[in-house]
Amino acid sequence: MHIPIDHILVFTSILFLIGLYGALSRRNAVGILISIEIMLNAVNVNFIAFSRSFASSPESGQIFVMFAIVLAAATAAVGLAIVLNIYRNQKTIYTDEIHLLKW
Amino acid sequence: MVTQAILIPLLPLISFTMIIFFGKKLGTKSALIAIAASVGSCLLSASVVLPVILNHGTALHASLTWLMINGKPIEFGILVDPLSSVMLFVVTFVGSLIVIYSVGYMHNDPRFSRFFAYLSLFLFSMLGLVLSSTLVQMYFFWELVGLCSYFLIGFWFEKYEAAQAGRKAFITNRIGDVGFFLGIALFFYTTGTIRFIDITPEFMHPYANTAVLTFATILLFCGAIGKSAQVPLHVWLPDAMEGPTPVSALIHAATMVVAGVFMVARLWPVLETFPNASQTIAVVGTTTAFLGAFFAITQFDIKKVLAYSTISQLGFMITALGVGGMGAGTFHLMTHAFFKALLFLGAGSIIHGTGTQDMREMGGLRKAMPNTFWPLCIATIAIAGVPPLSGFWSKDEILTSAYLGNHRVIFWILMITAMMTSFYMFRLLFLTFAGKTRGHIHAHESPAVMTLPLAVLAIGSVLIGLPGSPFMGHWFQHFLEPHAAVHMDTFVMIMSVASATIGFIIAFICYFVKTDLPQHLAGQFWMFYDASRNKLWFDEIYNSTFIHAFKWISRISFRFDSNVIDRTVNEIGRKTVLTSRIKRWIDQYIVDGLVNFVGFSAQVSSGLLRMIQTGFVQNYLLFMVVGLLVMLLVAVK
Repeated sequence: MHIPIDHILVFTSILFLIGLYGALSRRNAVGILISIEIMLNAVNVNFIAFSRSFASSPESGQIFVMFAIVLAAATAAVGLAIVLNIYRNQKTIYTDEIHLLKW
Repeated sequence: MVTQAILIPLLPLISFTMIIFFGKKLGTKSALIAIAASVGSCLLSASVVLPVILNHGTALHASLTWLMINGKPIEFGILVDPLSSVMLFVVTFVGSLIVIYSVGYMHNDPRFSRFFAYLSLFLFSMLGLVLSSTLVQMYFFWELVGLCSYFLIGFWFEKYEAAQAGRKAFITNRIGDVGFFLGIALFFYTTGTIRFIDITPEFMHPYANTAVLTFATILLFCGAIGKSAQVPLHVWLPDAMEGPTPVSALIHAATMVVAGVFMVARLWPVLETFPNASQTIAVVGTTTAFLGAFFAITQFDIKKVLAYSTISQLGFMITALGVGGMGAGTFHLMTHAFFKALLFLGAGSIIHGTGTQDMREMGGLRKAMPNTFWPLCIATIAIAGVPPLSGFWSKDEILTSAYLGNHRVIFWILMITAMMTSFYMFRLLFLTFAGKTRGHIHAHESPAVMTLPLAVLAIGSVLIGLPGSPFMGHWFQHFLEPHAAVHMDTFVMIMSVASATIGFIIAFICYFVKTDLPQHLAGQFWMFYDASRNKLWFDEIYNSTFIHAFKWISRISFRFDSNVIDRTVNEIGRKTVLTSRIKRWIDQYIVDGLVNFVGFSAQVSSGLLRMIQTGFVQNYLLFMVVGLLVMLLVAVK
């Protein structure tokens, strides 16, 4: 069964927009992090799709995605640590209540 | 030798510096410093003068060039020749005695130490003047002694009269000093030198009968007229009696006032060259001698009598120099310093003991103040010209010079003056010491620190005439002028003694035998009496002419100042204020406005832009997304 690349691109676009919407609209900082993970995954899927359709050796794309996932995990850990620290200082993780950089 | 000579004036200067800076701490000890300094200079002068005497008048001279004018040097230095030796001796010896005497006279004075500071400063200036080797240097010290005189006359400046007298002395002297300075300038311009050792008869000879130099000589003499209180500038000396009595003795009798005589004697070769100038000097001197004695006759203030007596005696000295008796004038200078200092110190002792200066309140003080009476008695006999006391020899010398120089009018006027001198001095003696006390005074004898100098000066007054007398072969005159001949005249001597005796007899009759006679005579000859009593109205005439005119000129100048100059200045000020106001407006509204506008616009724009900084993380993210989209759209197109 061969899924045409157009479908995959539509799917990843939807996935990306969902992630984007979540990142922009969630009040909870953890929710924002999750949304960013969703956008990241959309990009990962894109990667694999392009690799399968156009690359001479499809494995190279998959290996790249593996690296991206590992890196995403690392950044997520850092992000969660920041959120944890914010919570310790501010007693909240709602982003609309955290506006120290305001004018 | 030179070092010692320089140290002579420096010792009093050191004393002055110490007392003026540490006087408050030193208290009465400052007198000790002053005494030490003056006695020290006295001993030093002895060590400097003795070699000059032993070497028969070889001068000690050392100088430094101060500046050059047209290749001719203006120098500073010291010159110890016979003439300055005499002055050194007089100034340091009489000065030391008077400084010692002042300890008694000034005790309990609130400014005790300052008095000794001034005395030291005066001694420094006077010794500097005496040792001067050039006219310019002499002029410097000449002004310094004038300044000290001003300080000391006005020493009790709380008293209005004392302050006024100090000012009068200063200003009157200044008139003479202007002449002196112009004289120096003219002399330097014409002859090209101001060194005393250059001014010799041989040097002056080519200039004989030069009108310019005759004029210069008379100008130089103006200085002496002021300083030595000659008519018509004599008016300051009687007023100077407002100062403490030791000051009157030191400055206004023994030393400073004879500076004029000293200066003329220094310029002796010049006088010899210009007979016209010496004629003028002789006439001024004779007039002064006569008028001084004339005024002294009717004064009742004991110090005023002595002041006019000083003027008269200074006139004698100046006359002597005018008629060609340089030795005689200097000789009289020395003897006069002794007996006049003694008279003043005695008067000071009387004032100290009785608390008054008015002789009408005194009388009969002989019993109460014997230690003052005897020295004063000797001084009176000395000044009256009774042989063999000092005054006789020197005055006789002057009279002889006038007589032999064929100045007959001058001779007879001086003879009458000598008689008057004898009269007013014995009048003073009788009024104070003889008869009964007239006022309500309780006289007491002065302390030993005051009477001891009197005794020393009394011995001096007796003996100091001997070096110039025939007994010692006129040693003094030969010392001063090795080549000049000294004459004696029996006629003059007899006349001199006779005039002294007549003066004494008249005084004896008037103030001892018939004490109501003077009043009777005053009524009879009221014209002469008034003229003498009011000092020929010199002060009044000066007041209504010179001083009045001067005040008038000052008033006009003042009006010019306030109406023209002040008004101009004010107008300029007003204009400046006006332009400044305009400038302020421009500054405020245009320059400041511009600057403020720039600031304001920056504030407004940044105020708008800062709205973007919401602080919400998601807003920033939104902006990023929107921005990215816009960029994509632009890129696609």
